[in-house]
Amino acid sequence: MDFSLTEEHLMAQQMVRDFAHNEIYPTIKEWDRKQQLNPIVLPRMAELGILGINIPVRYGGQGFDYLTLALVCEELERVDTPLRVIMSVHMGLNSMSVLQWGTEEQKQRFLVPQAKGEKYAAFGLTEPNAGSDVAAMSSTARREGDVYILNGEKMWISLATKAHHILVFAKTDPHANPPHSGITAFMITDDMKGVTSGDIHDKLGVRAGSTGWVAMQDVEVPVENRIGEEGEGFYIAMAALDNGRYTVGAGAVGLIRACLEDSIKYAHSRETFGKPIAKHQLVQQKIAFMQQWYDASKLLIMKAGWLKNIGQRNTRETSVAKWYATDMSVQAALEAIQIHGAYGFSDEYDVERYLRNGKGAVIYEGTSEIHQLMQAGYALGFREDRPLRCELPAYDPEFWQN
Amino acid sequence: MHVVVLTKSTPDTAAKVSVEGGTVTWKEAMVLNPWDEYAVTEAVLLKEAHKVKATVMTLGKEEHGEALKQGIAIGCDQGIRIWDDGLEGHDSLLYARSVAAAVQKLGDASLVIFGKEFSDTNTDQHVYQVARKLGWTVLGSVAKILEIDFGAGTIKVERLLEQGKQIVTSKLPVVIAVLKDINEPKYPSFIGIRKASKADIPVWGLADLGVDAGSLKTKVTALAEPPKREGEVEMITGDSAAQIAATLADKLLEDKVL
Amino acid sequence: MIFVWLEHFNGSLVQASRESLGFAKSLGDSVTGLVFGQGVDGVVSEAFHYGADKVIKAEDATLETFRAEPYIALLAKLVQDHNPTYVMAAATVRGRETLSGAAADVDGALLHDVVDAKVEGGKLVATRAIYSGKVVATEAVVGDGPQFVTLRSRAFKALESDSSRSGDVSTAAPVLSEDQIATKVESFEASVGTVSLTDAAIIVSGGRGVGGPEGFAPIRELAAVLGGAVGASRATVDAGWIPYVHQVGQTGKVVSPDLYIACGISGAIQHQAGMRSSKIIVAINKDAEAPIFKIARYGVVGDLFEVVPALTEALKARLGK
Repeated sequence: MDFSLTEEHLMAQQMVRDFAHNEIYPTIKEWDRKQQLNPIVLPRMAELGILGINIPVRYGGQGFDYLTLALVCEELERVDTPLRVIMSVHMGLNSMSVLQWGTEEQKQRFLVPQAKGEKYAAFGLTEPNAGSDVAAMSSTARREGDVYILNGEKMWISLATKAHHILVFAKTDPHANPPHSGITAFMITDDMKGVTSGDIHDKLGVRAGSTGWVAMQDVEVPVENRIGEEGEGFYIAMAALDNGRYTVGAGAVGLIRACLEDSIKYAHSRETFGKPIAKHQLVQQKIAFMQQWYDASKLLIMKAGWLKNIGQRNTRETSVAKWYATDMSVQAALEAIQIHGAYGFSDEYDVERYLRNGKGAVIYEGTSEIHQLMQAGYALGFREDRPLRCELPAYDPEFWQN
Repeated sequence: MHVVVLTKSTPDTAAKVSVEGGTVTWKEAMVLNPWDEYAVTEAVLLKEAHKVKATVMTLGKEEHGEALKQGIAIGCDQGIRIWDDGLEGHDSLLYARSVAAAVQKLGDASLVIFGKEFSDTNTDQHVYQVARKLGWTVLGSVAKILEIDFGAGTIKVERLLEQGKQIVTSKLPVVIAVLKDINEPKYPSFIGIRKASKADIPVWGLADLGVDAGSLKTKVTALAEPPKREGEVEMITGDSAAQIAATLADKLLEDKVL
Repeated sequence: MIFVWLEHFNGSLVQASRESLGFAKSLGDSVTGLVFGQGVDGVVSEAFHYGADKVIKAEDATLETFRAEPYIALLAKLVQDHNPTYVMAAATVRGRETLSGAAADVDGALLHDVVDAKVEGGKLVATRAIYSGKVVATEAVVGDGPQFVTLRSRAFKALESDSSRSGDVSTAAPVLSEDQIATKVESFEASVGTVSLTDAAIIVSGGRGVGGPEGFAPIRELAAVLGGAVGASRATVDAGWIPYVHQVGQTGKVVSPDLYIACGISGAIQHQAGMRSSKIIVAINKDAEAPIFKIARYGVVGDLFEVVPALTEALKARLGK
């Protein structure tokens, strides 16, 4: 067993850390208050190659492994959650799905510009009335010759108004039994007639991010934009979540680290009863727990990343990592605020934002309750993973870097 | 055509440096000397704009190889480390002779770039001394390269002096030292990071350079921490800004610093 | 014999060079000032007023404005011809280039940018700040030959000017002719109406707390009333609120004024590196926990936009302005 990171991993981690700290952190409060995505974020992440970090060089990416993706997400969310959310939808949910399920032609057409950051990508699964219950979706896709006609509305879509490519799911067979077998995946583009989108404001957290809705009215989608087979959409969506959840969990590791680092700094500088609060045992206990949560979350995430690297199915491991890391990030944010006292309750310090941002992640990409059901299902033998027609390819340095 | 940038690893600027047992110590990681972020970036920008080769070089022990890797990750073509046991405790003259010999060994270099100073030793004399040992012109305190033509062998720069800005032209080859606002430092690229992690960095010793270490002219004889000034603060309070200001103004007058 | 290379600007000696003369004079040996330029008689007289016993002047069109090549070549030649024990200059941009270069040419020992110096057994021993002021190093000359030293601005005391002093002036010819000098000065643009940070006895600095470019207005007013310079933290420079020339800190200027007033500056270790040797530090900050208070002599917890203008008024009244 080898826990060491390579020089490549460490340098990539440092580079993303410097970018987030130097360019994004100084104005983060301003954008959080404005409830807007800082306009430099996407272009800079594109320019620096972050948007293609773990996509093979031959498909326009940087050719790094899946572990690097987790390290990048940790560094981004250490500074602000919306940065990591971009990786979740652009990379985890969309680009990696194309890498896994797309034809060579689709990889050239969609993945290459996405990995180069020329096109931004999003993921449209959730609907106003269908969240955890994916099969209850009401979007439809009707085939007419060489096109599908898509109708429906997608809700809580990150980058809804920023993305050029959106991987959406709709029912090609609304009467299929079981219902999920009638779902099909399509790549729609923002310039297609009948596609409209808007932002959703006044969220509790992730306020400096872009979250919105996408409506499709009689949108003509060429057959070549169908990802996978008809009726394969549910499996594609679930496989996408294995990757999206991985980035969410990795980000939560960064959020716990943010809580821990900020709390340590404050505990050393703030004095009560004639000594730094770091010397008070009840403060120490909180710090100790945060350290434990950070270490455990990181190990779970890195194990999931290792499984991805060697090409093994990791639905269960990713689920438990995402569940644990996000739950603990909320816990860590609560404790960080407690350590900061009244200052933590105000936006003079960052910790209140950590709590608002962290709360979203125990809801999206599988609520904590869904993950509990999944883990119970695996343990009790009610659930098992069957091989997929297309598995996420194992990380092969030769293929990735050349 | 060849641009050479000199660099070294220094403690992170936020590092808590202390003196223990007569040596300087710190716990934090080493980073690229902060001024060299600008020097390395300038070399890479010139490389990209003028299709010249960029080499990043250091004189130092193995830990300074990290600065070279960082330089390659940012975009330099290759790294070269100069080291030899005979360089232990070197002074600026020995540094200058060794680096000048290494630059000459490259054969086709026409521009050497330094950051304003090394932030650990807080020295910059090596910049001018390398130039003299090369027999090249030196332009320190460069705030902007306004024009450079490697073919014609000319350069025009803006220098920042204490009293204002000086615009000068000169002929290549030249040694320059760059200031902070010369560019926006580049981050390493991911492709550069991969190249750096695989890079094989040669080490040139005194024999390779044909340099005789000779005897030192200066040496460091003692190291100490500066006197602490913590704990002397007197907080000025009052019912209004005007009252606080009045108290403070009186104290400053008493201290005779106005 | 001690050589002091003298820097001048607009027909007068720069303050740091007066300080160099003061230090040279304190060593008890005969002090020869070196003045390079064109039309420098005023500077030569001033050199005597501040302590020079003799002056060697070199006047030529090639020396009219500072350029490293002719200045270094000429200094190296004079050192070879006269064999002084010590060669000194202020550690300014020009002084650093000239002395470092000449020391390399004659393979002389160089102690650079020192804050204190003395002579022990005929060799210079100096202290210098290293690791951005976090460590003080003692460095000594151990080899033979001329000993060069550059002196940090404001670290040494100039003598009171004595206009009755004068002395022998000899002349030297330049070493390089114009066609041997690659560098040509195209133009010079003096910074107007501002006091240079490194020379300033008083610095008023603004940090992130000023909130934007306009926030420097009260800082500038206070600096103007005190005849001081305006400094800034890295954050404000990076945000584009004020030009880089004002930056104090690790990647800016290292200053040691008599009075440093830090307004809305939290006092990151990198900023402290540039100003912690100031004689008196005043910190004005909203955040009582800001690290700047740890190194300050006086602290005010409050809004700089109230405190600084009030301080400006209070000082105006007391200084009779």
